Amino acid sequence: MGVTNGQQGRVAVQDLVKRFGPVNAVDHVSLEVSSGEFLALLGPSGSGKTTILMAIAGFEYPDEGRILIGDEDITWAPPNRRNLGMVFQRYTLFPHMSVLENIAFPLKMRGIGRAEREERARAALATVRLGQMGDRRPAQLSGGQQQRVAIARAIVYQPRVLLMDEPLSALDKNLREEMQIEIKHLQREIGITVIFVTHDQTEALTMADRVAVLDHGRLQQLGAPRDLYEAPETVFVAGFIGETNFCEGRIPHAARPGEPVSVALLGGGQMDAVAAQPLPAGQLIKVALRPERLRVLPAGNETATARVTEAIYAGNATTLMLEGQGGQLLRARIPAGAGLHEPRPGDAVRLSWQTADARAFIA
Amino acid sequence: MSGGRPSWFFLGGRRYSPAASLMLAAPFLLLIAIIFILPLATLLHESAFVPGPTTAHYARAFEEPVYLRVMLRTLWIAVLVTALALVLAWPMAWVMSRSTGIGLALLAAAVLLPLWTSVLVRTYAWMVLLQRNGVINQLLQGAGLIDAPMRLLYTQGAVVLAMAHVLLPFMVLPIYSALKGIPEDYARAAQMLGASAWSTFREVIWPLALPGVTSGCLMVFLLALGFFVTPALIGGPQQMMIATLVSQQVREMLDWPFAGALVGILLVFVLGITILFKRAVRLDRFVGSA
Repeated sequence: MGVTNGQQGRVAVQDLVKRFGPVNAVDHVSLEVSSGEFLALLGPSGSGKTTILMAIAGFEYPDEGRILIGDEDITWAPPNRRNLGMVFQRYTLFPHMSVLENIAFPLKMRGIGRAEREERARAALATVRLGQMGDRRPAQLSGGQQQRVAIARAIVYQPRVLLMDEPLSALDKNLREEMQIEIKHLQREIGITVIFVTHDQTEALTMADRVAVLDHGRLQQLGAPRDLYEAPETVFVAGFIGETNFCEGRIPHAARPGEPVSVALLGGGQMDAVAAQPLPAGQLIKVALRPERLRVLPAGNETATARVTEAIYAGNATTLMLEGQGGQLLRARIPAGAGLHEPRPGDAVRLSWQTADARAFIA
Repeated sequence: MSGGRPSWFFLGGRRYSPAASLMLAAPFLLLIAIIFILPLATLLHESAFVPGPTTAHYARAFEEPVYLRVMLRTLWIAVLVTALALVLAWPMAWVMSRSTGIGLALLAAAVLLPLWTSVLVRTYAWMVLLQRNGVINQLLQGAGLIDAPMRLLYTQGAVVLAMAHVLLPFMVLPIYSALKGIPEDYARAAQMLGASAWSTFREVIWPLALPGVTSGCLMVFLLALGFFVTPALIGGPQQMMIATLVSQQVREMLDWPFAGALVGILLVFVLGITILFKRAVRLDRFVGSA
């Protein structure tokens, strides 16, 4: 397999809008994927992630906006002229053809001679480590093997970009995790651009160089997995990625992003946080704080700020359910074996955190 | 008979012994034996053993040009009916397979309603349309396209058209069912892989729909071979088919042995063609190549 060179595999989605009736399934989304990059489109169902993929594939035509691959505007090109690879959610190997015939199919469509297409199909089959399976029928393969053949079929003609529409969702958990790593390796090896749709955040964070988080057709944040987890830019991303505590309150003065704020919690008490986005004064604020960033310290009655209601042991960590003075319900996670204080249900404790770890959003 | 289970019949999780299965099927089998197999066996017996053991009746069917012509015409008309029904049925089945809800219900009703209407009624409807002063001739004359009424009834075209119409549901339903079973993603996958609409049809949709197409063709062809009412009424004596000939031999000539020979020939054709069709489809699976 040759490496896609230059910016041939660059994908640019520009100001894309797709309406289904009165609903904006995709609402002015712009994103750019550089050649050889692995981008995940992540969001709940109805977030527009699949619609964006279908517009790139050519099965949906947008109401507004453009899609470029390399320097070519493909917004209105039919799917068979886009020269993209795609792996579908459901198994789509043609049941009346052998595995090898399936992989050779796109080469046949490109008018490549029989000898060459068999040779290239065999090479692609070897790439997905199924060298011996060429003569089988798709129905004789397991689900994981079928998706690997589907990947081989989608890359055998060296497309610029590989689109994947939740290709692992039909597989069981262990196989899925194995395939995630395998796909990632394969992608690095052949240097192809991948756009991968998933609703599984672990999958997105594991596989992607960058993740685009979508909700209700809007792009919420586009960034590296670490940025999404540690520096979410919207309250949706903070809640959608990983586990988080939310505390509601108000601030007396407006704040710019990055500025420290002191939030007056609704139930009483103050909370030090950092503005994650521009915050107007007086509006309802939500502060997001990860459970593992909350430090739980022993406290006397005078210094206590919370009470432990439950302690759930899970081997590698203990999760504490806490009730703050103002009635806020919080979770804290204490890693096992780090010699940290592990309070018991009913204990009074004092909570502390790095101000930078508490991120304030407009609610 | 899957997975090495005993080939006994299953019902509601219970396993029936061969004897019990036979008893359950007995009323139906008895009926078939009395009204179908027995008369057929009698007729075939007469064709070969009346007045004594003889092949004369069979020889006569092939030697006399009149009868040979009827048999060849029967085959030819059955081929034309099958082809016409296929051409009409495919797009209909395709649209049905892509429809849902009320649209599908209406399309399905359009296919099934004629099936629930008597063949006689549908055939008479064609006569009303096609006769000398029928609807079609009046329309054509009214539009000034023809001066005198055309001869439409008692032509081969009329027989083929009417028979294809009567047999159409037997073509639409198996094709629809085959197309319905092809997930839309197959066509999408083919397109993504670079296949044009035509290639997608030829390489993916058609081969996958082939079992349905074969069943439909086989059913229509076999029914057409033995069709009686429509060719008798629409075709008249000039377009006589084998079923009409058999009926004529029995009712007018009282020549039961010869009628038996004709039935025997038809039966051999039907069985032979069924076997050939099945084999052709199975062979087809090995023809495709990388």
